[in-house]
Amino acid sequence: MLEVEDLRVAYPTRRGMTEVVRGVTFSLGQERLGIVGESGSGKSQTGRAILGLTPSPGQVTAKRLEFDGQDLRNATHAQWRKLRGARMSMVMQDPKFSLNPVMTIGAQIVEVARLKRNLSRAVAKTAALDMLAAVQIRDPERVFAAYPHELSGGMGQRAMIAMMLVTEPDLLIADEPTSALDVTVQLEVLGILDRLVTDRGMGLIFISHDLRLVSSFCDRVLVMYAGRVVEEVRADRLHEARHPYTQGLFRCLPTIEGNAGPLPTLERDAEWAI
Amino acid sequence: MVGRARALPVLTRLAKIVVSLAVTLLGLLLVTFLIGRVVPVDPVLSVVGDRASQSTYDRVFLELGLDQPLVVQFWMYLQDVLRGDFGDSFLTKRPILDDIARVFPATLELATAGVLIGTILGIPLGVLAAVKQGKLADQIVRVVGLVGYSAPIFWLALLGLLVFYAQLGLVAGPGRVDITYEYDFTTKTGLLLLDTALQGRWEAFRNVFSHLILPACLLGYFSMAYISRMTRSFMLNELHQEYVTTARVKGVAEWRIVWVHALKNAAVPLVTVIVLSYMNLLEGSVLTETVFAWPGLGSYLTNSLQNADMNAVLGCTLVIGISFTALNLISDLLYSLLDPRVRRRR
Amino acid sequence: MTFVDREWLLTEQPASRRQARFGQAYRTWTSFRSNRLAMVGLGILVMLVLVAIFADVIAPYDPLRGGDLRTARLLPPSWTHLMGTDDQARDIFSRLVHGSRLTLMVVALVAVIATPIGLLVGTTAGYFGGWVDIVLMRITDIFLAFPRLILALAFVAALGPGIENAIIAIAITSWPPYARLARAETLTLREQDFINAARLQGASAPRIIWGYVVPLCMSSVIIRVTLDMAGIILTAAGLGFLGLGAQPPQPEWGAMIAGGRRFLIDYWWVATMPGLAIFVVSLGFNFLGDGLRDVLDPKGER
Repeated sequence: MLEVEDLRVAYPTRRGMTEVVRGVTFSLGQERLGIVGESGSGKSQTGRAILGLTPSPGQVTAKRLEFDGQDLRNATHAQWRKLRGARMSMVMQDPKFSLNPVMTIGAQIVEVARLKRNLSRAVAKTAALDMLAAVQIRDPERVFAAYPHELSGGMGQRAMIAMMLVTEPDLLIADEPTSALDVTVQLEVLGILDRLVTDRGMGLIFISHDLRLVSSFCDRVLVMYAGRVVEEVRADRLHEARHPYTQGLFRCLPTIEGNAGPLPTLERDAEWAI
Repeated sequence: MVGRARALPVLTRLAKIVVSLAVTLLGLLLVTFLIGRVVPVDPVLSVVGDRASQSTYDRVFLELGLDQPLVVQFWMYLQDVLRGDFGDSFLTKRPILDDIARVFPATLELATAGVLIGTILGIPLGVLAAVKQGKLADQIVRVVGLVGYSAPIFWLALLGLLVFYAQLGLVAGPGRVDITYEYDFTTKTGLLLLDTALQGRWEAFRNVFSHLILPACLLGYFSMAYISRMTRSFMLNELHQEYVTTARVKGVAEWRIVWVHALKNAAVPLVTVIVLSYMNLLEGSVLTETVFAWPGLGSYLTNSLQNADMNAVLGCTLVIGISFTALNLISDLLYSLLDPRVRRRR
Repeated sequence: MTFVDREWLLTEQPASRRQARFGQAYRTWTSFRSNRLAMVGLGILVMLVLVAIFADVIAPYDPLRGGDLRTARLLPPSWTHLMGTDDQARDIFSRLVHGSRLTLMVVALVAVIATPIGLLVGTTAGYFGGWVDIVLMRITDIFLAFPRLILALAFVAALGPGIENAIIAIAITSWPPYARLARAETLTLREQDFINAARLQGASAPRIIWGYVVPLCMSSVIIRVTLDMAGIILTAAGLGFLGLGAQPPQPEWGAMIAGGRRFLIDYWWVATMPGLAIFVVSLGFNFLGDGLRDVLDPKGER
């Protein structure tokens, strides 16, 4: 459903335009794609570019950027608005910041439900409560009336997921959805995400810096370094990765059965950044 | 958690606020008292005049307690003030507090009108400037605001009178109401606009309005400069927050993102700003009331100054200081009431 | 001796501390220079200083002695009298020019008096905390509880009118915000490890405050002071307008406006011209302060 070819995102700096995403190409069907990379690799920028959310001085170019056949490269503001929320959604990293602090959770969910599915207030409220229950929040009524700061990290993120999925989009981009959470909560939230994505047959792009997490969760993995995709590999074939960066990352993952010696240091080759 | 267990922290908070307030007020009184003692003019002379006999002088000297040590004098001063006795005005020969109570509503009316204008104009302009950051609209709003920060308020007041009253004849001149209408209604609240409206005296209302409009717009302009600048600053801050991106992801309309999502967040510190603007206007009124012959606290203060009526000057200073403290308290209270993060859960 | 040129200043890898410092200063300067309004502000300030220094040369007439009271009173602006004459037949332009000295004096003295007091109180309160902090901040809060003009007014009323008393009064009422600011900065700095390191090495409190804390507070305090200058000029003008500043026949700008009030309707220039001067200088300080803030503290306002 999503076709990306030679996506480039550039920002103006004192020394001219600097590209932070340098020619990313991939396609996505009803599957789960993971994008892994370190800070500055351009993975988040890729996700935002797909939704047309690159912040203002940045410029996005691509040979192809199509969602469900629709060319997104010169989409107008109105066209983006129609797509966002209804057909494409994004879950962001930290619910402390990504949820509006002065609006109740319920109000925020109902807002998008009414906007995108044209529901009445009562029906939207029911849909919101149902969605909150679907993300395994035990007391949906309480959370509905609560403000974001009154929820724990895990609950907030679940509320965020509920908000982004209540409109039943076709594509969900998850930008480091569990990075701000404790490890135990991470697994819970991922489990919920897993079930919902499977049940609804959605496409998912999972952006993270955690290779192990991505490989266990996704079907395919894109490894990004310095704005480029250096490797595209199936999640269960990660040990067969060919690019030295991926291999280096893989070797750095500690295993229970492994030796207790020091972890190998990732030696960066300046050539990978070209 | 039941009621009583929750009452205690609220009570301690309240107690802390009261104590803090008391200390501040005490400090205010101390400052005004000390300033009063700095006066090089002999306070006895200002009461008895310079032709009194020595015995009168001595009598008044003792009456004023000037032979006592400073601390005792302060204690006496404190007691007087708490009883509402600020002394008598040298000019009007009446208790100062009565004078102040008489003139305060005029200033209140003016300052309120000014803040209203400032808020109604300032907030939209600030939002506009933030949304169009860097573009022409932003520059214009900033320049307009900057003029408000840089121009002396009494100078603009004079220019306003010159242009709108003398040259264009659009508004009425100095004073609050023309003599012809002055007895057309009874002054109940001291807020003439309200009084005339409540009594249905529409011609008088129009007259009062035409007197009020110029000074109110002037103060309103200064208020607007401040409010728009702060609004712009707060809005810029909010528009860069993550939840704005979330709203865009949801496909919410841009105007709604700005005016509902972002402004709601900016509204909390903005309320504080509005109260602060009120305080600024109280200060500004001191300089502008004389220009408009507006019989408020500012005129009273300036009059007392020109006639070296130190008691009255200090009395006014004290009242203004107390008002400021009260307004600060109100703004803190409003902040904690409005921000859901600070609000206690019921 | 290395050749000091633009490339040397902008190099990514400075070879010595001096080079790094100069480079940083130069970068700050170029960033500042690109802000047109800030340069305008700087220009106005420079002009003010120059006018004040060369007042005797620039002013065509004597500011204190008027011309012929029969023929030269209240003349409108013309080529002989650029801004007209006032009711004492004095040339307004010359009076404005000489008045710039008073303005500059007020600005400079208030800055010089209030800033150290504010820094001292603020850093001491922030560094020592506890009772010292509580007491000092109480005092600061009490001063802040009055509007600046009103408090200055009360002081001058008590001390007696005159420009020295006005300066003292304004300075007394100006330092509290600087103290607050310095204290806030000190509180964040106090936790930093380099302060702890200095303390471990046995540095005494005054040395730490003077050597480390104060220099780091300086930039934000300077920005605040510059932005405040506009307000200080307006306060001084306000005091002058009320007759509490420099006494006649001194050409204090605020007092000149008050003097021209009676003739406002028919001889508008007498009150308008001094106000214009105040406006321009105040605007200049505002531009300068905004520019400094953009350069030195970009987190503040974008």
